[in-house]
Amino acid sequence: MYVAVKGGEAAIANAHSLLADRRRGDRSVPALRLDQIVEQLALGVDRVMSEGSLYDRELAALAIAQARGDLIEAIFLVRAYRTTLPRFGYTKPIDTDNMLVERRVSATYKDLPGGQLLGPTFDYTHRLLDPELAAGGDVAEPLQRETEAQAMPRVSAILAREGLIEPDGEMPQDHIPGDITREPLEFPMARDIRLQALSRGDEGFLLALGYSTQRGYARNHPFVGEIRIGEVELELDVPELPFAVPLGTVRVTECQMVNQFKGSAKAPPQFTRGYGLVFGQSERKAMAMALCDRALRATELGEDVTAAAQDEEFVISHSDNVQATGFVEHLKLPHYVDFQAELDLVRRMRAEYDARENPVKAEEKREAAE
Amino acid sequence: MRGQEARDQAERKAAMSTLAQSSGDDIVRLWNEAGLPSDAELLRGPETGLVTLRGRIGGGGAPFNVGEATVTRATVRLPSGQVGHSYALGRDKQKAMLAAIADALWQDPGRRAEVETGLIVPLRSALTTAQEKRRAETAATKVDFFTMVRGED
Repeated sequence: MYVAVKGGEAAIANAHSLLADRRRGDRSVPALRLDQIVEQLALGVDRVMSEGSLYDRELAALAIAQARGDLIEAIFLVRAYRTTLPRFGYTKPIDTDNMLVERRVSATYKDLPGGQLLGPTFDYTHRLLDPELAAGGDVAEPLQRETEAQAMPRVSAILAREGLIEPDGEMPQDHIPGDITREPLEFPMARDIRLQALSRGDEGFLLALGYSTQRGYARNHPFVGEIRIGEVELELDVPELPFAVPLGTVRVTECQMVNQFKGSAKAPPQFTRGYGLVFGQSERKAMAMALCDRALRATELGEDVTAAAQDEEFVISHSDNVQATGFVEHLKLPHYVDFQAELDLVRRMRAEYDARENPVKAEEKREAAE
Repeated sequence: MRGQEARDQAERKAAMSTLAQSSGDDIVRLWNEAGLPSDAELLRGPETGLVTLRGRIGGGGAPFNVGEATVTRATVRLPSGQVGHSYALGRDKQKAMLAAIADALWQDPGRRAEVETGLIVPLRSALTTAQEKRRAETAATKVDFFTMVRGED
């Protein structure tokens, strides 16, 4: 028999209006506008776009405002919104070689075509809090430098000339890219599906796993071959036009991790690679993704699987923070009936235990109860 | 003839690319300034949906799905019969409408010049200026390495 217990409607409604009030906060402080979030909390917006798996700055900003700055809640809101929209198709693969580059650094080559462009980075800042920012002073325009458009080949292409690095990841000719939004996860999975899961995976989780590989759990000797951030144009094939229709540009971060590899029964000594590609300016995430991608290729490269970061089912099943938060947070919802059943069970087991371990005391207890 | 057709397609695509990258506000402003006509029959949309972005493993390898993006599209027919399409990232329905009308007008040989000079050229020039500024700002952060010689020999 199942008995539904009802109640709490008024409490829930009042809790939500209290939430709306607390979200707005002190009314004498001006309300945040979405364009302020887009412009001034841009990297938080990028994280919500990347893990929400939806490129739309204004929607991500709305989600951040609605979630009171709780980014995982904001990601959840964005994921839910996605399910309400029809799908128009798959774009042509983006060409990161033709990026309008805003940052590009390599830790493996000092002098590479196109050079090292630091861009708007936190690197080399002293991580000292800035009281001038608190005072809200004017900010100077950035400097400009005359330059001619210069080709910026990917570092992997430079290393490839020596034949000491594996090629870009290929799949069989007739392989259609898998889509985890259409088909349930199945293990073992192909690298393309893994990359889709990693690109929307939780930054903190992937960062910790990437860090674990550096500390010796599946050590794989990484170097940042290249990180590049910038805008790429999207194109979509549609039946009504004789050419791929241009959709505009998106900003992405790409990380090419290069890993020394001493060879195995399956592959000769060479540099192997891990790849990261993430929406927005999300450098830490792209690096973590590339470290995890490389670690997860252990079986393909004939390495022993000894650590968590190499365990595909472990990593991919736990990388999605919307799934993770859903399952962890459901624990706080009413479990009154389940718990009542467990309580009865534990009482019975304890009575049996007491009867076995201390028959006299158990008898006294039983008599007292009667 | 084939060559002319290919050139026309490339120019039309370039115009659509400019419209997709420009902001709705800029399009509306230039549209009014140029006095372009906006009466057209709506055949589809404007409607917002998703496209799935694809990247390539390692940058140049096999394609994989990265994530989705919002896209808004529209299709219109002019009183003179031309059918125009628009697709652009984001959820701006007015922009989608005007861009579709612009595409239809562009296909009318009698109006192409008007659309190009009144709308596409100024939009493209603003986009190029913004890109050049961004490129120059990035270039100012380029590292110029130099070597320091220490000691006598």
